[in-house]
Amino acid sequence: MTNDNKPAQPTDLMFGDDELERRLAQTWRTPAGVWGALTTVDHKIIGRRYIVTAFVFLALGGLLALAMRLQLAQPEARFIGPDRYNQIFTMHGSNMMFLFAVPVMEAMAVYLVPLMVGTRNIAFPRLNAFSYWIYLAGGLLLWISFALDTAPDVGWFAYVPLSGPQYGAGKRADLWAQMITFTEVAALAVAVEIVVTVFKQRAPGMSLDRIPLFVWSMLVTAFLVIMAMPAIMLASSTLILDRLVGTHFYNPTEGGDALLWQHLFWFFGHPEVYIIFLPAVGMVSTIIATFSRRPVFGYLPLVMALIATGLLAFGLWVHHMFVVGLPKLGESFFTASSMAIAIPAGIQIFCWLATLWGGQPVLKTPMLFVLGFIVTFVIGGLTGVMVASVPFDTQVHDTYFVVAHFHYVLVGGAVFPLLGAIYYWFPKISGRMMSETLGRWAFALIFAGFNLTFFPMHILGLEGMPRRIYTYQPEMPWAGMNMFVSFSALILSLGFLVFFVDVIRSTRSGQIAGENPWGASTLEWATSSPPPCFNFRRIPVVGARDPLWSQPEELTVAGGLRTDRRELIVSSVVEAQPEASESSPRNSIWPLLAALATTVMLIWSIFSPWAVIWGSIPIGITLTGWFWPKQTPEDES
Amino acid sequence: MKERVVLDVSRLPPHGMGRASPTWWGTCAFMLIEGSGFALAIAVYFYLMSLAPHWPIDAPAPGLVPGTTLTAILLASVVPNILLSRWARQRDLRKVRIGLIVMSVFGAVPLILRGFEFAVLNIRWDDNAYGSIIWTMLGLHTTHIVTDLIDTLVLTGLMFSKHADNPRRFGDVEDNAMYWNFVVVAWIPLYACIYWVPRL
Amino acid sequence: MKAGAAVVLFVSAILIAGCNGAQSALNAEGAAAVQLKHLIIGIVVVCSVVWALVMVVLVLALLRARTPRESPSSESERRMGKLVTAAVAATVVIIAGLTIASFYATRGLGMSEDATLAIKVRGQQWWWQFIYDDVDPAKSFQTANEMHIPVGVDIRIELESSDVIHSFWVPSLAGKRDLIPGRQNVITIRAERPGVYRGQCAEFCGLQHSHMALFVIAEDMAAYQRWAAAQRASSVSSADPEATAGKALFMRKPCAACHTIRGTEASGSTGPDLTHVGSRQTIAAGLLDNTRGSLAAWIADPQTLKPGNNMPMVPLSSDELRQLSAYMESLK
Repeated sequence: MTNDNKPAQPTDLMFGDDELERRLAQTWRTPAGVWGALTTVDHKIIGRRYIVTAFVFLALGGLLALAMRLQLAQPEARFIGPDRYNQIFTMHGSNMMFLFAVPVMEAMAVYLVPLMVGTRNIAFPRLNAFSYWIYLAGGLLLWISFALDTAPDVGWFAYVPLSGPQYGAGKRADLWAQMITFTEVAALAVAVEIVVTVFKQRAPGMSLDRIPLFVWSMLVTAFLVIMAMPAIMLASSTLILDRLVGTHFYNPTEGGDALLWQHLFWFFGHPEVYIIFLPAVGMVSTIIATFSRRPVFGYLPLVMALIATGLLAFGLWVHHMFVVGLPKLGESFFTASSMAIAIPAGIQIFCWLATLWGGQPVLKTPMLFVLGFIVTFVIGGLTGVMVASVPFDTQVHDTYFVVAHFHYVLVGGAVFPLLGAIYYWFPKISGRMMSETLGRWAFALIFAGFNLTFFPMHILGLEGMPRRIYTYQPEMPWAGMNMFVSFSALILSLGFLVFFVDVIRSTRSGQIAGENPWGASTLEWATSSPPPCFNFRRIPVVGARDPLWSQPEELTVAGGLRTDRRELIVSSVVEAQPEASESSPRNSIWPLLAALATTVMLIWSIFSPWAVIWGSIPIGITLTGWFWPKQTPEDES
Repeated sequence: MKERVVLDVSRLPPHGMGRASPTWWGTCAFMLIEGSGFALAIAVYFYLMSLAPHWPIDAPAPGLVPGTTLTAILLASVVPNILLSRWARQRDLRKVRIGLIVMSVFGAVPLILRGFEFAVLNIRWDDNAYGSIIWTMLGLHTTHIVTDLIDTLVLTGLMFSKHADNPRRFGDVEDNAMYWNFVVVAWIPLYACIYWVPRL
Repeated sequence: MKAGAAVVLFVSAILIAGCNGAQSALNAEGAAAVQLKHLIIGIVVVCSVVWALVMVVLVLALLRARTPRESPSSESERRMGKLVTAAVAATVVIIAGLTIASFYATRGLGMSEDATLAIKVRGQQWWWQFIYDDVDPAKSFQTANEMHIPVGVDIRIELESSDVIHSFWVPSLAGKRDLIPGRQNVITIRAERPGVYRGQCAEFCGLQHSHMALFVIAEDMAAYQRWAAAQRASSVSSADPEATAGKALFMRKPCAACHTIRGTEASGSTGPDLTHVGSRQTIAAGLLDNTRGSLAAWIADPQTLKPGNNMPMVPLSSDELRQLSAYMESLK
C-alpha cells in the first residue's frame, strides 16, 4: 500500500547478475505451450506474431498482384472474369493497406519502442494482446470471404453509390466495412499504447530531445492514427447503416451526398499513407546513422519535419477529389498544401544525404535497402508533386500513372525501409544474423524488379490506360508494355521469395548475433539478442542521445525495482524524471476472451442491428473480468 | 554490457496518481479518439445542412423538453462528479462510495430522458439524411453514457468489495470521473446542433 | 553509363510510340489537352532534373574520398548545415514555382462563356447517353457512345449520372471530370482538328468499367450539321424484307421494352437509343466494330461478350438473328 514495506521486498539491488536474471525471469516469463501463447502480454512475443502475420498477408497480397498481372499481360485475356477480378483488386488494395502496411509498422513499434526507450514492457500490455487477436479476426474475415467468392468488389476505397445498398449487392461491402472496424480498433489500441509508453515509460534521463528518431516517428504516427481513424470508423459505420437499416447518408435523393463518402474516406485516407510512411522514415534515420557510423545529421530539423508532415497530412485530402467538380479556389488551396508537404520530405532527404556525406558508409544489406529507398522514394515524391497540380491530375487521375505513383511511394518509401529494418533488427529479435549474400540478391532482384514493373506504368497512364480494368482491347497500344510489366513482376516476386527463404533459413541456422552486431547506438542493443522476457536486468539511465555511443564502455542503470512483482519505471513527460515504480500486468486470458466477444458482436452486426445490443453483453462481461483486480503483488500500491 | 548503478529508485511509490498514472494518459488518449469522432459527426451535420435547400429536411425541429431537461441534469451532474473526484484524491472511502452511488443515478436518469428524446425527434433515421445524422449523433452519445454508466456501476461494486481500499481504485474513480466530464462537455455542441441549429 | 543510355532510348521509344495513341494525353488535339501537355512536359522535366541532382549527390556521398576515422567536426557540421539550408531554400523556390505554374494552367483552362453547343452526358452502367437538347423539342435527339462535335468551337458538356459515379475522359481533348449522381458537372471541350478521339470511363463503376469507351468525332461545321440533321430525323424505314421482318421482331421481343427507336412504337429508356445505331462506328460502348456480324453476335449473347452488363440474353434462332441484325444495320 505505501512505501513502508520496501526494505522487506526483494529488489534488483540485492542480487548479483545471474541470480537477478533468474528471479526476473521467474516474474516476467511466459509459460511454454498453448496456454502461454494465449495469455502472454509480452510485447516482444506479441510484436513478433504481429510482424509474422503481417508478412503472411504481404505474401498473399503479392499473389493477388501476380494474378492481376497474369490477366493484364494480354488484351482481352480470359484468365479471370470481371467479377473475380474486381474482388482481387479490391482484396489486393484492402489487404495491403489495412492488413499489411499499417499493422506491420505498428508491430515493429510494438516490438522495438519499449526496448528503445529502456522499459520492460509496452504500456497496457493486455490491450496489446487484445489488439493482435482483433487484427487477426479482421484479416480472417476478409480472406474467408474471398475464399467463399463473396469478397468486397468495390475497390479499396469503396466509393458510393457503387458500394451502397442499391448497387452493392449481398454482404460484400458490409464485410469490407466491418473489416475496417476490426483493423481500426486494433490500430487505435496500439497507437494509445505507443503514446503512453513514449510519454511515460522512458528510461530516466531520456528527455524528449534524446529520444531515438524511430521513437519520434512512431509517436507522431500514433497521433495520426488517433486523429484520423475516427473518420473511417464513421464512414464505414454510416455505410453499414445505409445498407443495413436504411439511413440516407449517401443517397442524394434524400438529402445525402455521394461526395460525403469521399470527404470522410480521404480525410482518413491521406493521413493513412503517412501512418505508413513516417515509421519508415524513422527506420531510415536509424539505419543510416548506424551504417554511416555517426549520429544522424540534423536531429532537430528531422523531428520538426516529422511533426510538420503529421500536421500537414490532415490538410491534403481533397487532392484525391480533384476531378469531382469542387470549386476552383478550394482545389487551389489543396494544390498548395499538397506541394508544400514536399518541403519537410526534402528536409529529411537532405539531412540523410548529409549524414552519408559526413559519415563512413558501410554497404551492408540494411543500408542497401535505404539507398534503394532514396532512389525510388524521390521518384515517388516527385510524381506526387506532379499529381498535386490540379490540371496535371485531370489527365492522370484514375490511370496507371497514379498506380505507379503510389507504388513508388509505398513500396519505395515504406517497404524498402521495412525490408532494411528486418535485416537490421532480425539479429536482435531472433539472436541470429540473416545472410548477407541472400540479402544482396534479394535487394538487387527487388530493386530491379520493382522499377521494371512500375516505371512503365507512368507511361501507360499518360497513354490513356485507366485503373481498375480487368482487360483492355487489342487496338489500344498498351499490350506490349503490359506484357513487359507482367514479366518484370516475376523478377520482383523472385526477390521477395529470396527474402522469405533467407528469413526462414536464418531463423534456424543463421550466424549467432551477439548483443550488438552492428555497433549501433540505441538501447535495444544494450541487452541480449533476443532480449530476456524482462528486457533489461536493470532499467538504463541515459545522459545523451545515442547512449551506446556516448558511453561505449559501460551502461549506467537504475537500481531498486522489485523482483517479485512486475515493475517498471514511470517517468515525467519532458525530462524523464522517475515518478513511480509502476506495476505491469501479468499474463491473462481476458484479452483473448474479450476479442472473441468483440468478434462475435461485430460479425453478427453485419447481419442484424440488434447485435450491437445483445452482442455487447458478453463484451461487458469479459471487460469486467479483465479489469477486476487480481490479488497479485501487481495490484499493490 | 557492464553495468553501473547510478540511481536508486527503491523509494518511489509503487503507483502514481494523476499525471503519473499511465491509465490517466490512456483515458486522455481515449477522449481524443472519441472527441475526434464527435467532431467529425458535427462536421457531417453541417456538411449535409450546407447541401440541403432547407433544414431540417421535411420535418419540424426536434421537441425541446426532454433534451433540454437532460442537458440540465448532465450539467448538474458535474458537481457531484467533481466532488467525487476530489474525495477519491483524498482517498476517503466512505465518501467515494456515496459519490459513486450518486453518479450511478446521475448516469441512469439521463438514459430515461434519452428515450424520450428519440421519441420527439420528429423524424426517423430512414426518412432522409437529416434524420440519419441526428439519430446517429444522438446514438453515438447515448453509447458513451451507457458505457460510462456501466463503468461506474462496476466501480461502485468494486468499492464495496475487499479490493476497495487501494490507491489504484481511487485512481480508477478519478479517471472515470474525468471521462464523465468529457461525456457531458461533448454533449453541449451536439445539443446545440440537434436542437438549436434547426431553429436559427 | 551504357545501361543509362539504354534506359533513355527505351523510354523515348515508348513515349514516341505512345504519341500515336488515339486515347493519349501526349497526343493532344484539343485546346485544353494541348495546354495540359505543355504543363505535363514542363513539370516532368523540372522533376527529372531534381531527381538527377539528388542522385548525383547520393553517388558522390558514397564514393567520395574520405580520410579514415573522419568524425564530424563542428566546423564541417556547420558547413553542412548551410548547404542543407540552401537545398531546402531551393526546394521551396521550386515548389512555389510549380504551384504558380499549376495555378496559371488552371486559370487558362477555365470554363468557356462562349459555348454555343451544349451536350448533356448521362453516365450509365456501362454506356454513355448523349442528349442533344434544343429549344425546339422537335429538334432534340439522343444517341449513345458516339458524340459528334463541330471543330474549332467550344462545346459545353453537362455531366450527370443515372446510377453510380463515372468519369468522362477523352485525353486527346481535355482532362477528365466525374459524373456524380445527384450533381451536375460542366466542362468545356474544343477540338482543333477533325478526327476520331477515343475516351474511356475513368472511375471504377462496376463489372464492365473496362468496356465503357466513348468516341468524340470532330468534323467541320458543315459535316456536323449534316450529321445532326440525320440524327434528328425519325428512324429510317427500310424496304429490305429481312430488315422489315427484323423490325417486327424487335417490337415483339423484349427489345422494345429497353430501347427507343423514334418513329416506331419502341420507347424503352433503360438501354441506348437505337434510332440511328447503324450510323455508329462501334457498338457496346466501343467493344465491337459496327458490322452486321458483330451486331448479330452481340444480340445473340451479350453476356459472354460483356459479362454482367445489363442487356439480358434473349434466346433467338439464327433466322431471327439475321433479321434483327439486318434491321439494326439499316437504321442509319
